Amino acid sequence: MEVTAKQEAKNIARGIDIQAMERGEAKRNMADETTCLEVKDFNLFYGDKQALHNINMKIAKNRVTAFIGPSGCGKSTLLRCFNRMNDLIDSVSINGQMLLEGKDLNGLSVNVADLRRQVGMVFQKPNPFPKSMYENVAYGLRLQGVNDRATLDKVVEKSLKGAALWDEVKDRLNESAMGLSGGQQQRLVIARAIAIEPEVLLLDEPASALDPLSTLKIEELIHELKEKYTIVIVTHNMQQAARVSDYTAFMYMGELIEFGATDALFTNPSQKQTEDYITGRYG
Amino acid sequence: MSKQSLSTWFKSGSPWVWLNAGAVSISIVMVVGLLLLIAVRGLSHFWPADIMELNYQEPGGEAIILIGEAIDTEVVTALRLKMTGVDLPEGQASAERHLMKVGNRDYFGLDFRWINGPWVGEINYPEKIVAVERREWGDFFGYLTEVRQQGNTVASGDEAWAELQIRLERSNRLVAEIKKLERKEIGKINHGLEALRLETKRLEIDGVAAGSLQHQQIEQERRQWDMLYAGLQKQLATLNTALNRDQMIVTISDGREVEIPLAKVVEVTRPNAMSVWKKMTTYGHEVWKFVSDDPREANTEGGIFPAIFGTVMMVMIMAVLVTPFGVVAAVYLKEYAKQGPLIRLIRIAVNNLAGVPSIVYGVFGLGFFVYFLGGNIDEIFFSAALPAPTFGTPGLMWASLTLAILTVPVVIVATEEGLSRIPRAIREGSLALGATKAETLWRTVLPMAAPAMMTGLILAVARAAGEVAPLMMVGVVKLAPALAVDTIAPYLHLDRQFMHLGFHIYDVGFQSPNVEAARPLVYATAFLLVLIIIILNMAAISIRNRLRENFKASES
Repeated sequence: MEVTAKQEAKNIARGIDIQAMERGEAKRNMADETTCLEVKDFNLFYGDKQALHNINMKIAKNRVTAFIGPSGCGKSTLLRCFNRMNDLIDSVSINGQMLLEGKDLNGLSVNVADLRRQVGMVFQKPNPFPKSMYENVAYGLRLQGVNDRATLDKVVEKSLKGAALWDEVKDRLNESAMGLSGGQQQRLVIARAIAIEPEVLLLDEPASALDPLSTLKIEELIHELKEKYTIVIVTHNMQQAARVSDYTAFMYMGELIEFGATDALFTNPSQKQTEDYITGRYG
Repeated sequence: MSKQSLSTWFKSGSPWVWLNAGAVSISIVMVVGLLLLIAVRGLSHFWPADIMELNYQEPGGEAIILIGEAIDTEVVTALRLKMTGVDLPEGQASAERHLMKVGNRDYFGLDFRWINGPWVGEINYPEKIVAVERREWGDFFGYLTEVRQQGNTVASGDEAWAELQIRLERSNRLVAEIKKLERKEIGKINHGLEALRLETKRLEIDGVAAGSLQHQQIEQERRQWDMLYAGLQKQLATLNTALNRDQMIVTISDGREVEIPLAKVVEVTRPNAMSVWKKMTTYGHEVWKFVSDDPREANTEGGIFPAIFGTVMMVMIMAVLVTPFGVVAAVYLKEYAKQGPLIRLIRIAVNNLAGVPSIVYGVFGLGFFVYFLGGNIDEIFFSAALPAPTFGTPGLMWASLTLAILTVPVVIVATEEGLSRIPRAIREGSLALGATKAETLWRTVLPMAAPAMMTGLILAVARAAGEVAPLMMVGVVKLAPALAVDTIAPYLHLDRQFMHLGFHIYDVGFQSPNVEAARPLVYATAFLLVLIIIILNMAAISIRNRLRENFKASES
């Protein structure tokens, strides 16, 4: 019984390995990467309840890092710490350090709005504003005081192209974004996020509310975006993690169990819990 | 029906559906019935009713002829008639009696008269009877005999009618001209003179010596105004002489010949000679006059335009005041204040404010706004005019403010509700793009909550337009000399007192010396008030629906 499950997991992993090789990518090694985000001895509490236990990790620049783990394991919580979205919840307290390019992003001198400009985020459910598509993409720029039509036009076009949505919507930019399909909305939200050129893009289960075809488009998009941005993605879908990410972190009950190159983690997990999870034993 | 099937019927939920549908239909019937009642009673007043001429002879009395409109009929018992000194023939237990509008109040004393059915003789509807609408003393009925110019007969008999219409048009034009002169030109002069008087007083307070340059300047200006005034006076005198040129002679029901100067006549009609089509156009004209004219004769005649204007004006100013105030308060309560027992207490207090009787707000408005705020404003900015108050007296501004306070809880509650309906994801989406909380509120959350704010405003308008009690303390009057908006700077006079439809209903209905004449006006005014509230609400609702359209998809 145990053997079959293991075998299966290896098969999945092998398949992924083959895909990776087809993409012509070399094996990743954390030691060769530039660090973008670093988490040091990080703990997070909701009131008295500890949600993250002593997390330590480095997230590589211009790579896709996936967080996987069962529901409630803290992967979204950790993700939301990178742009301090948890500030909105009163009961949250933290300790430890979280560095963006070497600077503590919880430091006193850090302006949260500036931080979020550097660390963009896309949520599970598409959340376009009830405005035109154009205004959705231009939102971040307008916040920065850019109102020059020519500049905005250029950025909107560039962002929508970057999010692989331009061809579908270029003729109706002034229509409400609420009229788009779920997949299109999610790409619009990504366009909105990259319009302000962040360094890091956080994706919180970006495809979980979408149909398979839209999911595929988002995944292709992630591949392209990696050229310019550091991407951290939370996903429930292990195939997706394997398909899109270079590094994967497995979390369980608020702890980081294992973190390493995606192919290595899926083919040869060093922890039993990881292996159990990726073979479908729980979660 | 067997027991089994009855219980099945109950379980199926049909009784509930019937109950609910019944409740809805009763509500609809009541609302429609109310509107119909006031509409029919109010609007039928303007129909040019036929005028009858009847012979009437009570036992022992002499035979008289009565001319007038039939207003009402009721059945009374013999006993009641006996108490009014009328004896019915033996064996008759009850009789009809009719209310007749005989007009000619200045000659008959009363313009309404009850007559008893049994003694009504022949009734005719002669085409030649004229109904005269006068500027004073109410309606007048009789036969037109002559038209005179400065006492000399210019037309009589059948030619008089055509001649009268021509001369009436001229006299009405003159009246309008005189009114325009008095209102606009003389108003401007009075305003100018008043400003100069205040300027003089200010100089005195500042201790500027008499005979100084400023005083001389004022004196010069005053002379200019006086000269203008003298010119206008002359003009007015000429117009008045021209106006008093013509008279009409009318024979009334008791045979007397009465002279009426055309200056006092608004309109002369021959209802009995009118075709249905002509009656309809006359009806439309009468309704329009009611809506657009100033009131006359202690509000029992003429139109109610100033009251409509005052009502709409007050509600609009209230809306302008209450919306930002309520929205700002709601945003603080919902978005910024730390939610705890204190905020809960405040929220309960706000909700309860909506239940405070409105007259209490009136008292508060009088004490705080009029006496305290207004008094202080006068002392600081209008000290020259004291002891005559400028803002320290009831007025449009204070009435609007009082109603704004009365309705602010509604706006707060509705806005809070709207804010809490904005999905968290939208706020987070904005914050994630580097917006601060304030920017998120301003650019995304508030626009999305706009329909909810409009809902609050709609409720506020509905409540405010119908309030009367507090207004009686803070600015409404029976008869306002001028509208709050005119051509004299600063154009909008918030310190002026105003008329209000709700108060107008009360005033005409209960304070009027001529009850019978006032009754249809009460219904008509009530109908108009309801109509205006509906129109104001419709406007607000259509704005809200347009706003909602923009955000429709996001609410799902």
